Amino acid sequence: MLIPFFYLLRDGGMKPSITELLTLLEAMKKGVAGQSVDDFYYLSRACLVKDESKLDLFDRIFAAYFEGVEDSLSDLMTDVPEEWLRHQAELFLSEEERARIEAMGGFEELMKALQERLDEQDERHEGGNKWIGTAGTSPFGAYGYNPEGVRIGQQGSRNRSAVKVWDRREYRNLDDSVELGTRNVKIALRRLRKFAREGAADQLDLEDTIDKTARNAGLLDIRMVPERHNAVKVLLCLDIGGSMDDHVRVCEELFSASRSEFKHLEYFYFHNFIYESLWKDNRRRHAEKISTLDITHKYGADYKLVFVGDATMSPYEIVYAGGSVEHWNDEPGAVWIKRLLNTYPKAIWLNPEPRNRWDYTPSVKLTRDIMDDRMYPLTIAGLDEGIKALH
Amino acid sequence: MADSRFNGTSTYVATDDLTMAVNAAVTLERPILVKGEPGTGKTQLAIEVAESLGKPLFEWHIKSTTKAQQGLFEYDAVARLRDSQLGDDRVHDISNYIVRGKIWEAFESDVQPVLLIDEVDKADIEFPNDLLQELDRMEFYVYETQKLIKATHRPIIVITSNNEKELPDAFLRRCFFHYIKFPEQETMERIVDVHFPNLKKDLLSEALNAFYKVRDVPGLKKKPSTSELLDWIRLLLAEDIPPEVLRAEGARKAIPPLYGALLKNEQDVHLFEQLVFLDRRAGSSQ
Repeated sequence: MLIPFFYLLRDGGMKPSITELLTLLEAMKKGVAGQSVDDFYYLSRACLVKDESKLDLFDRIFAAYFEGVEDSLSDLMTDVPEEWLRHQAELFLSEEERARIEAMGGFEELMKALQERLDEQDERHEGGNKWIGTAGTSPFGAYGYNPEGVRIGQQGSRNRSAVKVWDRREYRNLDDSVELGTRNVKIALRRLRKFAREGAADQLDLEDTIDKTARNAGLLDIRMVPERHNAVKVLLCLDIGGSMDDHVRVCEELFSASRSEFKHLEYFYFHNFIYESLWKDNRRRHAEKISTLDITHKYGADYKLVFVGDATMSPYEIVYAGGSVEHWNDEPGAVWIKRLLNTYPKAIWLNPEPRNRWDYTPSVKLTRDIMDDRMYPLTIAGLDEGIKALH
Repeated sequence: MADSRFNGTSTYVATDDLTMAVNAAVTLERPILVKGEPGTGKTQLAIEVAESLGKPLFEWHIKSTTKAQQGLFEYDAVARLRDSQLGDDRVHDISNYIVRGKIWEAFESDVQPVLLIDEVDKADIEFPNDLLQELDRMEFYVYETQKLIKATHRPIIVITSNNEKELPDAFLRRCFFHYIKFPEQETMERIVDVHFPNLKKDLLSEALNAFYKVRDVPGLKKKPSTSELLDWIRLLLAEDIPPEVLRAEGARKAIPPLYGALLKNEQDVHLFEQLVFLDRRAGSSQ
């Protein structure tokens, strides 16, 4: 019982354990859930999901499984943003159709009408999709190109009241694959705190020494412990200018808020790629440059190096002398970044672009090669991976 | 079983999913982990569960220095050392120096108790791991006296977390989980209703509108939560502010009276005032 569902969850990227499945079955046997589907949904969620960032994924898998649309699982992983759908829909509309939509009261109204029509249709006959798809004169015809578009409103199905609950997808903004938002930044910061508190050094544990001495009836028993290490040093190099500007703001927020957690945190800016100099104040970037060599001499190898940039540029900017778009560089960027990496073995590159777009940009691939694949997306999950790599 | 079900109380509104999670935990006698925004009533849940099921409540509040052992028992070695120096007879029996913790107390309760482990994420990262066996088998071993302490009745354990640290998988696997999301307007009306039953309908809806508007202001550092809303309404009632004031302010000036109860952060108040100012200017130029 429920075993296919269990495996579907596992295939979908969640990690429910056998104990949790058994707990769910036990709870059902004891009649916790009663008969309704809603109850079962709540119960299985309480048993199987232990992380609010996974709630949205669970909702999607639950919906897919219990509507018998298992083949739609393939697109579970590719979450299509609504903005994009909207663009797509607009793209396919002819002038005339657009005018008709305006007449109906705009996009919102249209989507509402679409949903109403879908619901209505389910009550009348089975082959519902066809109706929308081929009705050439219907204002919804245009959306036929984009099957996802029709689904924004979600299919009304037979057990409507139940579907509503998980189809609302209230936990969407807790999903950890979305980009860092203000709420998410907070959680990410906590992850940094965790990483800032580790490390080792020997010191005298006074309390334990007293305790053990007392237990030892007064004979001195010295205890040593590893230090609670709150002394992570970070060199942060931010790509600045152009498309990076809004991402940089997020990163600065992220790191400055966690500043108290680090013993030292130094910012530097670069444009597109690392060359012989970096700067600290972007407004005076041409006047106040800091030599990259000086940085490697000034900050010791125990610093952790974090690059933040989209690594999207012409490959020349990385591999050729004189490739920089801003100035004449005597040595290629690749040489400079390798110098930095030699000094700071603990280094990662955070990329605000989504991971699935990396393969389309040769410069990203180049950068990844130079970084030994230590490039992570600037999402909670990516940050998590990156922090692990920094250890 | 009918009487041992939790359905919210006269002072606590529990949504269907929360009720389900709590009842699963009560029936299966497993811990329930509750997460959610601050001020959504996580800690209150344990208190209300205890009250509605008529069970005694043990509260264990976790701080950053709390050790798992402190919940079980502590061996007061220093007191024993002192007694031995003074030649006190008590020193010969080690059990005189075993101080019982909250978990031990809950395990020894005559009726099934509710045990609240509050803000488990405040403690050291290893803290939850140190309690696995105790929460699973509901027993632990006291080495000093070589005694096994076993729960007479498996307590209903409510654990709250503010998400400051990630909890280990092994720990999570042993719990039911519920994330209290911020209540929707409808649920919020019920919540306010149980706290202020005689609140005028129009004042409530105006207050809620103003409240959700404040919550929607972008860039607030700390969004007002349920507990702030309740405080604010209490103030509105005390000052006897008529609903029209809220509405009038909402339309033109947009700054709700006594908003100090809603916004706790100086920067937020400042931001809010600025936005209102801009809004007002835009309004007057139209």
